[in-house]
Amino acid sequence: MATIELEKVEKKFGTSYAVRPMDLTIKDGEFLVLLGPSGCGKTTTLRMISGLETVSDGHIRLNKRDVTWAHPSDRDIAFVFQFFALYPHMTARQNIAFTLQAQGVPNNEVKQRVDNVIKLLQIEHLVDGRPGTLSSGDQQRVALARALVRQPAAFLMDEPLGALDADFRETMRAEIKRLHIDQHATTVYVTHDQIEAMAMGDRIVVMSAAVVQQVGTPQDVYHNPANLFVARFIGSPGMNLITGTYSDGQIRLSAGNVYSVPTPWQAALQRGIGSDGKVILGFRPEAAAVSANGELGAQVYSSDLHGSFTMLHLNLDQNEIVHVRTARQTSYPIGSAIRFDLDPRMVRFFNPQTEAAISHEVQP
Amino acid sequence: MSDIAIHGITKQFKQVTALDNVSLDIKNNEFFVLLGPTGAGKTTTLRVIAGLEKQDRGTVTFDGQPVDQLSPADRDTAFVFQQYSLYPTMSVFDNLAFPLRSPLRHVAEPEIKQRVQKAAELLRITHLLERKTARLSGGEMQRVSIGRSIVREPRIFLMDEPLSNLDAKLREALRVELKHIQKTQASTTLFVTHDQIEALTMADRIGVLREGKLIQVGTPNDIYDRPATTFVAQLVGTPRINLYRATRENGSLHIMSSAIKLPTPNADIPSSILMGIRPEDVKITPDGELGGEVALIEPLGVETVIHIRMGEQTLVCLVPGLMPLMIGETVRFDVIRESLHYFTTDGDRIAV
Amino acid sequence: MATSFEQVGPRVPVVESIRVDKVSPRARLAGQARAVIASIIAFIMLIPVIWIVLTAFKPQADVTAIPPKLFFQPSLAGFVSLLLDTRLLSQDDQAKISENPNLTWIDRIALQSGRSVNGSSQYAGQLLNSLIVAGTSTVLSVGLGLFAAYAFSRFHIPGSGDLLFFILSTRMLPPAVVTIPIFLLYRSVGLYDTQLGLIMLYTVFNLSFSVWLLKGFIDEIPREYEEAALVDGYTRLQTFFRIVVPQALTGIAATTVFCLIFAWNEYAFALMLTSQKARTAPPAIPSILGSGGIEWNTIAAGALLFLIPVVIVTFALRRHLLRGVTFGAIRK
Repeated sequence: MATIELEKVEKKFGTSYAVRPMDLTIKDGEFLVLLGPSGCGKTTTLRMISGLETVSDGHIRLNKRDVTWAHPSDRDIAFVFQFFALYPHMTARQNIAFTLQAQGVPNNEVKQRVDNVIKLLQIEHLVDGRPGTLSSGDQQRVALARALVRQPAAFLMDEPLGALDADFRETMRAEIKRLHIDQHATTVYVTHDQIEAMAMGDRIVVMSAAVVQQVGTPQDVYHNPANLFVARFIGSPGMNLITGTYSDGQIRLSAGNVYSVPTPWQAALQRGIGSDGKVILGFRPEAAAVSANGELGAQVYSSDLHGSFTMLHLNLDQNEIVHVRTARQTSYPIGSAIRFDLDPRMVRFFNPQTEAAISHEVQP
Repeated sequence: MSDIAIHGITKQFKQVTALDNVSLDIKNNEFFVLLGPTGAGKTTTLRVIAGLEKQDRGTVTFDGQPVDQLSPADRDTAFVFQQYSLYPTMSVFDNLAFPLRSPLRHVAEPEIKQRVQKAAELLRITHLLERKTARLSGGEMQRVSIGRSIVREPRIFLMDEPLSNLDAKLREALRVELKHIQKTQASTTLFVTHDQIEALTMADRIGVLREGKLIQVGTPNDIYDRPATTFVAQLVGTPRINLYRATRENGSLHIMSSAIKLPTPNADIPSSILMGIRPEDVKITPDGELGGEVALIEPLGVETVIHIRMGEQTLVCLVPGLMPLMIGETVRFDVIRESLHYFTTDGDRIAV
Repeated sequence: MATSFEQVGPRVPVVESIRVDKVSPRARLAGQARAVIASIIAFIMLIPVIWIVLTAFKPQADVTAIPPKLFFQPSLAGFVSLLLDTRLLSQDDQAKISENPNLTWIDRIALQSGRSVNGSSQYAGQLLNSLIVAGTSTVLSVGLGLFAAYAFSRFHIPGSGDLLFFILSTRMLPPAVVTIPIFLLYRSVGLYDTQLGLIMLYTVFNLSFSVWLLKGFIDEIPREYEEAALVDGYTRLQTFFRIVVPQALTGIAATTVFCLIFAWNEYAFALMLTSQKARTAPPAIPSILGSGGIEWNTIAAGALLFLIPVVIVTFALRRHLLRGVTFGAIRK
């Protein structure tokens, strides 16, 4: 299969960057997700890898071969689009066979390869219909089959689940991931949905404002976000981030709350906080536990059922809301006072000036 | 604020029955959510209540008074649309003031100013008042739309998927805020959505619509724990409920195409049923009674979705945090018996 | 801090491309070459217009000079003989008049081409007729068309498809075919050679066009705006003026320009249905061809004055117009 290397690849439109210079190595057989809000440069990056977009500077190598200026069709990659891009006047089977026929593959081989892919994706019942008669999920299955049948060096997918109904999305997410586990083809997958990225990616590249913010495994970006953007963007809701002033092992937060920093963190904080002594305390909603004599206090702003759990939204003060995940059947009236503790292993700290996470060599 | 009731509403569009004998009672100050897929008739219900659409049969009453003959303007409802509801040629202030400047209301300009200011503060959009609406972000636009409905103090708020065009983060935040405002301002609200999370998190009561028929009305807990049909069961909860065909054999329930057997509950159970298992009701433990092979792991951070293959069936389960499992590994698990759902093969709930 | 809305998006706005570049940066050079060629073509196309402007300001003597003069002493002689009734003077009279100290600047210009001024010419009145007829009929056809288009767009009208086609079909007859019956009709009801007659005719002719064009624009305005206003306590008519009209401005501008250009340029009806008092400029311009030789500078001045109103309106509405004519081409 394939490795893909990006070396100082950038894309400029006039003086503004769509993608600032980025280095990235995608390993053989890896499922890499490019994640970020719209306009962050993730799709442009994918399109540069595919050759649908030229690079402004830098090099792209596919299996060590420089393909920076190669035509898309010479790169041996398959592209799966958000809107399927199936040819409406052909049956699903003809759609799948089309690229192979265009490459001049002998007819009996085309038939055999198409049949194999149809069997692999279990779409036997779909292949005689025109794309227009299929549901959105089935159309994307056919589009996947068309990409798979070419046996390309790598797959590039641009939000392939974005146009699907919510019902299909969950199912297709599992199907694509399962397919990857079986086929082990190098895949670059673009999405703005952090849940999709977490569920599918071997590694995630979080992008924002044309800049790579963090590259890491789902666990990394979730538990050890590199900066405030990643902390907010990953998770639903994102990480709680509250600003305070650090001194002598304690962070003074708003409304008289004081948080005692776990001892192993204190040295790191001493070095890492902003010049004005401000620090941002971050914790995931599940890192907080309601308890009668908890360390921090707040008022209930709202609380709501999410099916298998209840989410509490608490006012620390007028403008600061934190989210706390609790057991399902708990319910608190709006405005009632509540206290909670933080799991010391799951707190993180950020420098408000640089917005970067304060690092700590040994995770406590 | 008012009690709103609709009774026996039927509405046809050419050959399509959009609403089929729908009756609803929305209590004063209640947050009522209509949940259903696209084309279920949710928006039509809103439009009938607002008077923008005329029903073929049935009555709409506000505080016990029929309003079927009243024009939209005279019904005094506030409608928040999914999109396109801000007048692009006006500033934010003028948009907010627009309903108050209606010739119907004769509100004096100083009072308009004061009420707009109050609504703007509530929705934190005071800094936007002078701006043209074309220069707002999606989230800001929807705040202004909601603001425009609040300045009026109408008898009921009708909201047609107001959050569905926003990105995920914004939707989450606005959802929480909207619920807080509704609770603290105590206003009767009918909110339409296809998003089950919005329904569960915001509603006092939920009505589930499907193809023009009201399937179930109940609190979020009712809907989640005691879905009336398999349709409702599959509509709420992510990941979706596992649903299997099962047969009753010798006092135990056997899930088809798998080796799973569970004891029959103490109830009158037909010989062939559908059985529902919510993903969070599966507990993975080394000494579990049941077993299967891990087919897929989806780490979502706060929790992990694990697909377990048993025979030809796949069981999706949801476990908190991270679980050190490998694909292909055999796992043991239990299901929480009390939380199992039983349905007839037609999809109706069997009470146990 | 934890939940605030401003922090969700990227910190720096980024323009994302939807362009498909399949070629190397050399394409940029080709693009620039295309721009140069387009400019040259545009210049060639503009030559006749430039020539009209130049000719209009040339003195009579320079108009037919060979080789053509690009640089000359500009003169308003063409405009004076166009707009004023002048008489050719003998050498003696010229000398006599030129000694008169009370000459106006207009008299002096006329004198340069050996003429004296008697009063204003017919063309001035004809230009005014054109302004009144074209202006009034445009306002009427756009105004009435807007109401009709709104009704067709928003209300359920039985057989509206057939009705719309019928309305358009009135535009399909070539004017030449119907001029004779209309001429006879107008003569018998006393509308012959009246401004009212032309205004009515142009309004009816443009109405079908404006209904169709405006309906397209109104269809594109989401109904939700109006419904929101209806729920907010406004009547249908108030909603129409306060919500629909402001948003349809682009379409109204485009329709106005098209209707104006038709009414302003219309020749066949104007020739047949007017003679003296209601005659408009288009049929009048050929009659400027003077008695003694062709006065090209006068004709050019006539053409230039005729161009100006349309250019002004189009220029004033250009922002709307550009959006108007590309309307519907770009969708989300």
